[in-house]
Amino acid sequence: MKYQSQKVAYWYFLAAMAVFAVQVLGGLWAGWIYVNPNFFSELAPFNVVRMIHTNALIVWLLLGFFGAAYFLIPEEAERELQSPFLAYVQLGILLLGTAGAVVTYAFDLFNGNWLLGMEGREFIEQPVWVKLGIVVAALIFLYNISLTVLKGRKTAITNVLLLGLWGLVLLFLFAFYNPANLALDKMFWWYIVHLWVEGTWELVMASILAFLLLKLTGVDREIVEKWLYIIVATALFSGILGTGHHYYWIGTPGYWQWVGSIFSALEVVPFFAMMSFSFVMVWKGKRDHPNKAALLWALGAATVAFFGAGVWGFLHTLHGVNYYTHGTQITAAHGHLAFFGAYVSVNLAIITYAMPILSGRDPYNQVLNMASFWLMTGGMAFMTFVLTFAGTVQTHLQRVMGENFMEIAEGLHLFYLMRWGAGAAVVTGALLFIYAMLVPRREVISKNGQ
Amino acid sequence: MREVMTKTMARNVFYGGTLFFIAIFLVLSVQSVGHIVKNSTNTATLTEEVELGKRVWERHSCVNCHTILGEGAYFAPELGNVMSRWDVMDDPEGAFDVLKGWMEAQPSGIEGRRQMPQFNLSDEEIKGLAEFFLWVGTIDTQGWPPNDAG
Ligand code: HEM
Ligand SMILES: [Fe+2]
Repeated sequence: MKYQSQKVAYWYFLAAMAVFAVQVLGGLWAGWIYVNPNFFSELAPFNVVRMIHTNALIVWLLLGFFGAAYFLIPEEAERELQSPFLAYVQLGILLLGTAGAVVTYAFDLFNGNWLLGMEGREFIEQPVWVKLGIVVAALIFLYNISLTVLKGRKTAITNVLLLGLWGLVLLFLFAFYNPANLALDKMFWWYIVHLWVEGTWELVMASILAFLLLKLTGVDREIVEKWLYIIVATALFSGILGTGHHYYWIGTPGYWQWVGSIFSALEVVPFFAMMSFSFVMVWKGKRDHPNKAALLWALGAATVAFFGAGVWGFLHTLHGVNYYTHGTQITAAHGHLAFFGAYVSVNLAIITYAMPILSGRDPYNQVLNMASFWLMTGGMAFMTFVLTFAGTVQTHLQRVMGENFMEIAEGLHLFYLMRWGAGAAVVTGALLFIYAMLVPRREVISKNGQ
Repeated sequence: MREVMTKTMARNVFYGGTLFFIAIFLVLSVQSVGHIVKNSTNTATLTEEVELGKRVWERHSCVNCHTILGEGAYFAPELGNVMSRWDVMDDPEGAFDVLKGWMEAQPSGIEGRRQMPQFNLSDEEIKGLAEFFLWVGTIDTQGWPPNDAG
């Protein structure tokens, strides 16, 4: 740890991992309801479990991004954070809001209350008071990191990271706009959801990856930074108009079918570039960094993001295909692998890299960490395959043959059973990861193979 | 590659190009809002009842089981076209009656079948929901979904 204030990242990563555990356990529960629909169906109906699963995902990914920013910005800017105290205040607000949201969902408190009650649009269900808290926390965060960068060294990594983080916070403001007209509601809802994962978050991901590759491979900064700009350029040039792939069937004009198909097809480019770039840098790099697990996660993130977002995204993004697959298990398959490959993995990569440094010890127990990588990645891949098969069958029976949703659902039982098994592997991997990060005090396998 | 493009050039292309695409996107967004308000949705029939229905839909988090116009969770059937599936698009009274019957019969309790909660809605809320689904059914969705199964 070069700068004392980087320590705040430790607490962000710790909080992120705790919420990560909640997320995957929620997922396991939701997956079990698919297998056994009567499972506590009155105590915890599917919609409540799913809200916890998706909201926890978003919260911990953001906590991870904030932690990553607090970790890497002092190193890049070559100075201490503007205010570590404010960073802790921000974390407190976020954790309070998270707890508040979970309790509100679980017990359905203040139903219908405009300030305290759950809001009920997908992913932005947080009660208004939690949303306001998020905005306050975000403002503190932006103030903190922006001033640190402004007063310090400016690099391409900090530029792109700041742009991504500012963008994601500004876009979140659309969460406060909820018109009575469902088509308008949906149109601007995608401003948040799509322009997050296929815009601003890609900037965050690319800059974290660039930072990691710089540290792990020792490649020349000039090269890394030039490629960073090129990659994020392809991300935004395709991703902004690529929003059109959500404007096919919600009341928006017909020309989006062409704009959306063409530009979202090009969204594969930045993910392909991130993957190729990462491998080339590792080949070129001369440094033999001891933290092999961090390198595995970084390469894994770039690769699985290419498959989850790039390949599985392209699979159903052309409007002629999407007409049939829209809102089926195909969408679920893609959503899972894309989130895991891109944002879960990049977070676990930076956590794997930073946690040993933050807690002042060697990268202990990389073997366990790497095992967790294969468990999680293997589990997610299997889950994606079975959901894709389920989605293909569903699309054919429902969208082509016109059979009833509920009848088809029963026929897909075997797929859901296998999905649950895959999910159990992922949960095991996630818990193993957290254990490997926090508990062991020495390496299981020593360097000279004893 | 260094000769073909420098870091500064890459940076300028990134910033310039991003502004360019944001500008196009904003223009198309404005045009799309106009299209929604004027052509694809009926703002005249978007009554207070419809709005109430949308709020009921939200406050019970229906979207975390169902899809509506294909978006939401994939646990329960699409509801954007539920009124045409029930064949009551032209019959608001019938729509209310069928929906009320449905809502009050939940949860089914059938073993092995996905369960929908009991929300204890008032008649006014159910009426709102029915009007909301009827209204959503009139949105011009470019011919989606392919059939009544949704
Ligand atoms: C890491 C980046 C990405 C993430 C995290 C992601 C995640 C998601 C999620 C969660 C959904 C479902 C949203 C809902 O609830 O309705 C979705 C939908 C969709 N995504 Fe992605 N996505 C990513 C990248 C991409 C890319 C690059 C493409 C295209 C090449 C793509 C194409 C689509 C399409 C077409 C849909 C709509 C599916 C439907 O019609 O039901 N995604 N994505
Ligand atoms: Fe998208």
